[in-house]
Amino acid sequence: MSLLKTIPANYASRQIVDRVMRGLTLLATLIAIIPLVLIVGYVVVIGGGALSVPFFTQTYLPPEISAAPPADLSAPAVDPAAPIVDPNATADPNATADPFANVDIGAVTGDSAAPADGTAPVDGSAAPAPGSSIATAAAQGGVLHGIIGTLLITLTGLLLSLPIGILAGIFLSEFPGNPLATAVRFCCDVLSGAPSIIVGVTAYILIVVPMKQFSGFAGSVALIFLMVPTICRTTEEVLKLVPETTREASLAMGAPSWYGTFTVIVPTALSGIVTGVMLAFARGAGETAPLIMTVLGSNIVSFDMFQPLAALPLITYRYTESPYPSENSLAWGSAFVLMMLVLIVNLLVRFATRKRLR
Amino acid sequence: MAQATQTNKRFLARFAERTRHGDAIFQAIALIFGLVVIGLVVAVGVVVLNGSALAREKFGFSFLLGTQWNPIDTDLGPASFGAWPAVRGTLLSALIAVVFGAPVAIGIGIFLAELCPVRLRTPLSFLVELLAAIPSVIYGIWGVMVFVPFFTDNIATPISDSIGDAIPWLGGPVATGRGLLTASIVLAIMILPTIAAITRDVLVLVPNTQREALLALGATKWEVIWLSVLPYSRAGVVGGVMLGLGRALGETMAATMLIGNSQRIEASLFAPATTAASLIANELTNANSPLHESALIAIALALFIITLVLNLLARLLIYVTSRGPAGRARA
Repeated sequence: MSLLKTIPANYASRQIVDRVMRGLTLLATLIAIIPLVLIVGYVVVIGGGALSVPFFTQTYLPPEISAAPPADLSAPAVDPAAPIVDPNATADPNATADPFANVDIGAVTGDSAAPADGTAPVDGSAAPAPGSSIATAAAQGGVLHGIIGTLLITLTGLLLSLPIGILAGIFLSEFPGNPLATAVRFCCDVLSGAPSIIVGVTAYILIVVPMKQFSGFAGSVALIFLMVPTICRTTEEVLKLVPETTREASLAMGAPSWYGTFTVIVPTALSGIVTGVMLAFARGAGETAPLIMTVLGSNIVSFDMFQPLAALPLITYRYTESPYPSENSLAWGSAFVLMMLVLIVNLLVRFATRKRLR
Repeated sequence: MAQATQTNKRFLARFAERTRHGDAIFQAIALIFGLVVIGLVVAVGVVVLNGSALAREKFGFSFLLGTQWNPIDTDLGPASFGAWPAVRGTLLSALIAVVFGAPVAIGIGIFLAELCPVRLRTPLSFLVELLAAIPSVIYGIWGVMVFVPFFTDNIATPISDSIGDAIPWLGGPVATGRGLLTASIVLAIMILPTIAAITRDVLVLVPNTQREALLALGATKWEVIWLSVLPYSRAGVVGGVMLGLGRALGETMAATMLIGNSQRIEASLFAPATTAASLIANELTNANSPLHESALIAIALALFIITLVLNLLARLLIYVTSRGPAGRARA
């Protein structure tokens, strides 16, 4: 009896189904990689193109003031005689096609520094509508204020979260039998699953409303809620990876359990804990939603944690909506800096963990 | 020498005496910081409950179904707060995101766990997880600058022009391109890594005996996956989809930047809408009355409860799956 005769009649069709479905899963993976490549590519090409030395060393410059000849600044806000569709016709004939000529940029971006005279960007060409083409204009000014603000807010938040996250993680791994351990673990899950906007609302009510002041500190408090679960769960995981024999060796040398924890177990797992802290930092630096209602944003370099501060994600958010290409470039540049931060941290973490596993 | 040993012994004795309570103190300190974590959750709950008290007393549950959201008194009528536009936008955008995202993400999970060459598994997993690490505001700027124009010109407008008249929810003007469907598609990309990672993890945990049994019967690779691996880990995959749904419900930045933020309820998926999170992000800092603020916080409360329940259910399902069938040892 030959082997061929044992093959069922429907085998060919089953094989086709097999091939098709396996192909579909491969396709699904490619579908996920495509947006990743597109997003990283666009941010690197456009955002990287917006980078320059002034981008890192200067603060915000309103597009008009730096580009427009002084005569334009003294032009009347709205000429009552001119047709309402184009108040800029006398000021800049090139801007006639600008669909945003009537838009008060201050109302769109909430940007107090934008002049209210409604002058179109006078860089020689009409401003494209946001989205109709991708900004290629050179960025004016820079985001030094945003970089400083993001570092201040995120590092303060990280400093405040470190003791909570690490000690709570030690609690979870060293006292797993404690009846509260399950509750703490549960709360970590709740915090890491809660939408960041809820955290923003909480920090707004707890800090901003009583102090009657938007502040960088309120942003840091909001970030605590988001960083603590990451740090806590990573710490717990890596401490659990420390072999039981290490603990026993420390106890056998006569060290009390607390002494062993801090001198033997935590140093053994230190690289893992640092990994968690770095991931928390990257996550916190990219958070935008809680900052909208706590930090608010600003256009100047400030080190005062109890005043509104600037932050890179806020710059990206606000200037994405801007009709000025130069401000769009600032948004792309900030997005590039944020993305590089996230990518570098993730690659470092990947590298570090691979080394540890080996 | 004897002197040194003596000193050493005395030091050790003093050290032991001084640190007699060390373990108790250590446990107490660790416990306190554990309690701080619980305190953070309690703080969120109390703040959101307290802040929304005014709105909850005034409107009750009908608040969630009211269709008018006018925070300011006008000549036409008094201010009214109905959360239905936001609730509808949130549910619809998250559901569409899951409908688009879940099949793709489950496919990725299957590919990574079952079919992928071993050498490619780690780098591919890393790439997919990188999608989760990208800050949401970057999805926002990419969506606004790149995806919306492309989608409007090449997909939305042709669809609306051709079959839009027959099917109302695919019709209507596609003016700005920002709307429910654009936001949903970007949300679908954002929830891919969540669902894919969970699917991969629960599939890897399926015992090999399950696969071998079906292979011995002459099944193809796909039949092994479809008839044995997926049914075995069904609950975990559903849990992953629920986690993704929770993430889509609460996502703020991409939704705010892409959905158009309109309080009108329109049939078309191309029309601008709003979500709970984007409504809060847009209006909380300029709330013009205590009631307005309270109503926004009431929406936050509803969002918090929904995501909380979804997350808990999902974690429970994933936990049950990864533990294996009850009463049987894992192979």
